[in-house]
Amino acid sequence: MSDFPDDLKYSATHEWVRVEEDGSVTVGISDHAQDLLGDIVFIELPEEGATVTAKDEMSVVESVKAASDIYAPLSGEVIAVNDDLNDAPETVNSDPYGEGWICRILPSNPAELEDLLDADTYAGMCE
Amino acid sequence: MGNRTPLFSRHQDAGARLVDFGGWDMPIQYTSLIEEHNAVRTHAGVFDVSHMTIVDVSGPDAERWLRFMLANDVARLKISGQALYTGMLNEQGGVIDDLIVYRTEQGFRMVVNCATREKDLQWMQDHLEGFEVHLQERPELAILAVQGPAALTLTAQVLQTLGQPELAGAPASLKPFTATGSGDWFVARTGYTGEHGMEIMLPDQNAGQLWDALLQAGVKPIGLGARDTLRLEAGMNLYGHDMDESTSPLSANMAWTIAWEPADRQFIGRAAVEQHKQQLADGQLPIMKGLVMTERGVLREGLRLECVMADGSKLDGIITSGTFSPTLKHAIALARIPSGTQQCAADIRGKLIPVRMVKPGFVRHGKKVFD
Repeated sequence: MSDFPDDLKYSATHEWVRVEEDGSVTVGISDHAQDLLGDIVFIELPEEGATVTAKDEMSVVESVKAASDIYAPLSGEVIAVNDDLNDAPETVNSDPYGEGWICRILPSNPAELEDLLDADTYAGMCE
Repeated sequence: MGNRTPLFSRHQDAGARLVDFGGWDMPIQYTSLIEEHNAVRTHAGVFDVSHMTIVDVSGPDAERWLRFMLANDVARLKISGQALYTGMLNEQGGVIDDLIVYRTEQGFRMVVNCATREKDLQWMQDHLEGFEVHLQERPELAILAVQGPAALTLTAQVLQTLGQPELAGAPASLKPFTATGSGDWFVARTGYTGEHGMEIMLPDQNAGQLWDALLQAGVKPIGLGARDTLRLEAGMNLYGHDMDESTSPLSANMAWTIAWEPADRQFIGRAAVEQHKQQLADGQLPIMKGLVMTERGVLREGLRLECVMADGSKLDGIITSGTFSPTLKHAIALARIPSGTQQCAADIRGKLIPVRMVKPGFVRHGKKVFD
């Protein structure tokens, strides 16, 4: 069974978002998404400093089976990326909500958070 | 619900993710594709390939008919148990299917793909006139493939304990591409992974017992996901991807499967492939190459290739199968490219990434095989 932590928000395209104390958000892909993709072998990370727009592609995750676009859950500036994934992309499989995070975004329009799903709604969608 | 093999409930019990595969509910993976892949490269794995179609060919004209139907020549199979790989071509020299044919005590046995089953059977039925041949499909037989460096030893052990002592010696004594049988059990030194291994055809009602015994002996269940990465590392074609009815076998690395001699053997497609041969000599027929990309990223089926010719002009090629190689830890692919290509690059999301061309075949017996 996939794991859907309560303290996160989710997009319908399987990204998760955690709001940090400084107002930035950490972004990754859900446990359900990593499970569907299977063994992840390569991640094209967004560039630090890049401006992203909610629902636009910001990165690509490639598993043995398929390449999958990752969409920005919120608009804003990418203020950090998880470079460790360059050497160990499989971390997204083993720890999608922890060490497998993808980037941090400083939202330009925090109201967009309202458009994201809570854990129960997202879990229901994944059934 | 699709067709189910006699092992369906065992796949569920083993935690398989089941997918529709040519109308069959088949396991794509049990745990992790990479783990399963590595199990076959380093130890042994078992695949349920009961979805594949077995057709027995008998009757006084069985050999004469197959020499007409198949591009390779079954007259090369001198004794019972010998096998060969061949294309079955249409009149235009396109590949209707690729298959293995065995000479048996009763005649011949063909194992054809599941997705092409109806088309294949129809094609065979349509070409029986003038031949005294009997075709018998064997849906009541299951097929298990056991592959990997430990596959032969473990298969021998398991056959012994299952009360098939007359077959237990087969894994040790059979040469590659030969087979032996006992009743409705048929054990062949063939496979699709680049490892030593066996394919065992047996009655449906015995399949579960053999599966359980293999797992008990430490053989790991392997899904179709890893089967695909293994066969691609081995440089082997997949029907519907690397060739089809519009592809000449000469454009699919299957030239070696065409028996040109004796020159008077008229097989279906012969005239067309003789023309292809001339086109190939003139540089007018695309060829199949292996591709290696050590940069980050994965080559995928359908990706466009930009191929640079000797005169500097650029032509397109296409990837017909691509994946990440779990053994080599970088991308590999099979591709159809213009004959005479000097170098090529893959168009990955708009970026041209240089790739190396090699002879198809990347891993054999667990080791890298290209320079």
